[in-house]
Amino acid sequence: MAVAVGRPTAKPEAENPLTGGLERLPVPPTTLVIFGATGDLAKRKLLPALYNLAHDGALPQRFHLIGVARKEKDHEDYRRECEEAIRRFSRRPPDADVLKIVLENVKYVPGLFDDESVYAELHKLLDGFEQQAGEPLNRAFYLATDPSFFAPIVEQLGRSKLAHRVDAEVRVIIEKPFGTSLEEARELNRRVLAIFDESQVFRIDHYLGKETVQNLMAFRFANGMFEPLWNRNFIDYVQITAAEDVGIEGRSSYYDKAGALRDLIQNHMLQLLCHVAMEPPVSFTAEGVRNEKVKVLQAIPAPTPEGIPAMSVRAQYTKGHAGGEDVPGYVEEEGIPADSITETYAALRLEVDNWRWAGVPFYLRTGKRLARKLTEIAVTLKPVPHLAFSQAGSLGVQANQLVLSIQPNEGVSLSLVAKIPGTRMAIRPVIMEFLYGTSFLSQSPEAYERLITDAMRGDATLFTRNDEIEAQWRICDPIVKLWASTREGLSRYEAGSQGPEEAEQLLSDGHRWRAI
Amino acid sequence: MSRSDAVWSAQGTTPDAIEAALRELLIQRHTENDRYEPARVLNMIAFVDREWTGEIANRLRSVGRYSPSRLLVLAYEPRRERLDARVSIVSDGDPAPGEFAVLRETVVVELGDRHLDDLLTIADPLVVSDLPTVLWSPHGHYDIVEPLLALSQAVLLDSLDEPVWRDAVDRACRLSDEAYVVDLAWLRSIPWRERVAGSFDPPPRRLELRAIERVTVRHHPASTVSAMLLAGWLASRLGWAPSALVARGDVLLGKAHVPRQDVSLRLESAPEQQVRGLEGVTLRTASGRELSLDRGPGGLHARTRDPHGEQRAWRIPGASRGEGGVLGEGIRQALLRDPTYLPALKAAQAMLP
Repeated sequence: MAVAVGRPTAKPEAENPLTGGLERLPVPPTTLVIFGATGDLAKRKLLPALYNLAHDGALPQRFHLIGVARKEKDHEDYRRECEEAIRRFSRRPPDADVLKIVLENVKYVPGLFDDESVYAELHKLLDGFEQQAGEPLNRAFYLATDPSFFAPIVEQLGRSKLAHRVDAEVRVIIEKPFGTSLEEARELNRRVLAIFDESQVFRIDHYLGKETVQNLMAFRFANGMFEPLWNRNFIDYVQITAAEDVGIEGRSSYYDKAGALRDLIQNHMLQLLCHVAMEPPVSFTAEGVRNEKVKVLQAIPAPTPEGIPAMSVRAQYTKGHAGGEDVPGYVEEEGIPADSITETYAALRLEVDNWRWAGVPFYLRTGKRLARKLTEIAVTLKPVPHLAFSQAGSLGVQANQLVLSIQPNEGVSLSLVAKIPGTRMAIRPVIMEFLYGTSFLSQSPEAYERLITDAMRGDATLFTRNDEIEAQWRICDPIVKLWASTREGLSRYEAGSQGPEEAEQLLSDGHRWRAI
Repeated sequence: MSRSDAVWSAQGTTPDAIEAALRELLIQRHTENDRYEPARVLNMIAFVDREWTGEIANRLRSVGRYSPSRLLVLAYEPRRERLDARVSIVSDGDPAPGEFAVLRETVVVELGDRHLDDLLTIADPLVVSDLPTVLWSPHGHYDIVEPLLALSQAVLLDSLDEPVWRDAVDRACRLSDEAYVVDLAWLRSIPWRERVAGSFDPPPRRLELRAIERVTVRHHPASTVSAMLLAGWLASRLGWAPSALVARGDVLLGKAHVPRQDVSLRLESAPEQQVRGLEGVTLRTASGRELSLDRGPGGLHARTRDPHGEQRAWRIPGASRGEGGVLGEGIRQALLRDPTYLPALKAAQAMLP
């Protein structure tokens, strides 16, 4: 099993006194190389994120972008493509002068990712930028390609002597999915870490770049009122939901290979679970936070083939109604084989076997074509042991539930029980709600803006470490394998519904799924 | 686009009646649709000359999402006898299904000289308790609004609005004793400070900070305070002890004492500059290395010259926020605390000729 390898301890540099009080810390001069530069991710997310950083004056003092992709085109063609993507997908209309400056620092290298001449050309361009700058520039290689190219690109970077510098930092940013099984993840880690040190590797899980996910830590560890309750003595169960109302939206070739478990649970939802269950880190540093998350993942027992049917549910949507329209079932979607057994819904019941959480079930569910789009974490407290007054005329007492909403509304709500005004002692649940949108002036930046900046600055807090990835796969891999081997246990649910009825079977007595 | 959702007005009214009307309007909106949620971020008290109320409203409209959640405008007209008020509750739109819409409240109270002794008791019931309050008096009147400092945790001001720049620095220093000061002149220098800090951030460059021997700051003719604050920031961060500057025409010259060597300071007016604030900065080290940053379209023009005279030039992108953006940033900063402003201001005060 891979372990985290820290950087050799270097003598700390004196602090820069001019950065005190600045909200944004400087990003070192960097050349960013995007592999897969003409792909969907680059166009929809990376290029707009880079433009927005430039607009806000948040790019490094010296910044160059090199796009690498198979398609033959020259620098000018690629600049035009970048401009088009930025105009189309940027969260704000681009400023002509800013855009011009960004584009004048863009170059393009065409070629196959395993072609040595591509890396020779990269070398030439990178050296040229440094000569022009008169100083060494950091290098960040962003792998936004099909995952099958991750290892070959990394190895070519190694062979071409592009992976290390004495006088500047070299980093590699790797998109998801990081492997499609435990073996693949281990193999990819092995090949990446044969070239780069772990401190140079930034594995993206863009969920971690979302402001509300980061807020989970502030919520838990900066509010004294929750921590005393945050354990098996007071919490009955935890439910994490990531529901989508849309179908596969033309991503049939990807989705039919991935399925709901790989697409969301293996990465994003296990990360959310870690944020709920982790111990307070000693410090808010990359290693401090990631050490605590790994401990949570290691405390979740790996499912056994015999145990999987009782702790998991998978299902496919059938035709139904969504958004007031008739929609097809999964196997009727274009590009999906009629006999596909890929799950579009997955639910798991996990246990975290440690002192804090022993006996508290964590229910995770995700699905396509559910009743609505919703991502939330619901923490249900144990019910009161005794109610001193009659419930006659009441809507009933429910245990307090703390709901951390991630989308579409970002906020926190707490269900309480209150007396209904009147002469009788009738009670009903009420909601105490906090919405981020009502309490902050600023808008959250796009996750990719934050993540690209952090990677260029070398801050790995919001990236997944090698042992974290493997610990996630250790939990999901046995389920993936079993599900791939048989049709048995594949349920159905109507598009636009709450999901399959079989999901109820995962719940312990007295527990219930929240309405989506 | 904003739209007005609920309005109330009254003539010859009282703070109690205005506060009751606010509560009633909020209940009405919530009863109509419980997905209307009042924003609860920041109170702003704006004390303005009544004849310029429209202009201030326009400036506040330009701040976009950085609007205060409750804005209390005290519109002053010296001879006014009666207290009149208008309350409006505005949302950016109707709540989408499953989502919510944020409501913002504006209260305009028209008052005159006879109400000034009771200013605090007029404003106090009209701000949301437990929220931070920022006081803004864009037309001066600092003597009048002084009682409102008791309600405010922050004061928003623009030192460039003060006709005499020496007074601006003194005023900001005095107000800093009473509340946290958010100075728009300081906020305009954020991109400059970020880029100067960034230029010296690579570890080999940090050592050069100790070797700075000359600083030249170029500024809009009416923005001397901006230049003084930038020089004050460098002095306070780098441990320099500045002495009073001397005026030579449009240029202010002086020195800051540093243990190994003195740093010469030069603040010069750039008459060709159209927008308020800084035009450029040049830092020169004892080794002969020079860094210049100058305002340009779409960002800053950077130039370096090494000790051998070799020059390099490039552009650093960054969009101008415009005056609306600067005011919005000021409102946002009222919720934060920048520990570097006051030391920079005190250093600027030490440089006053």
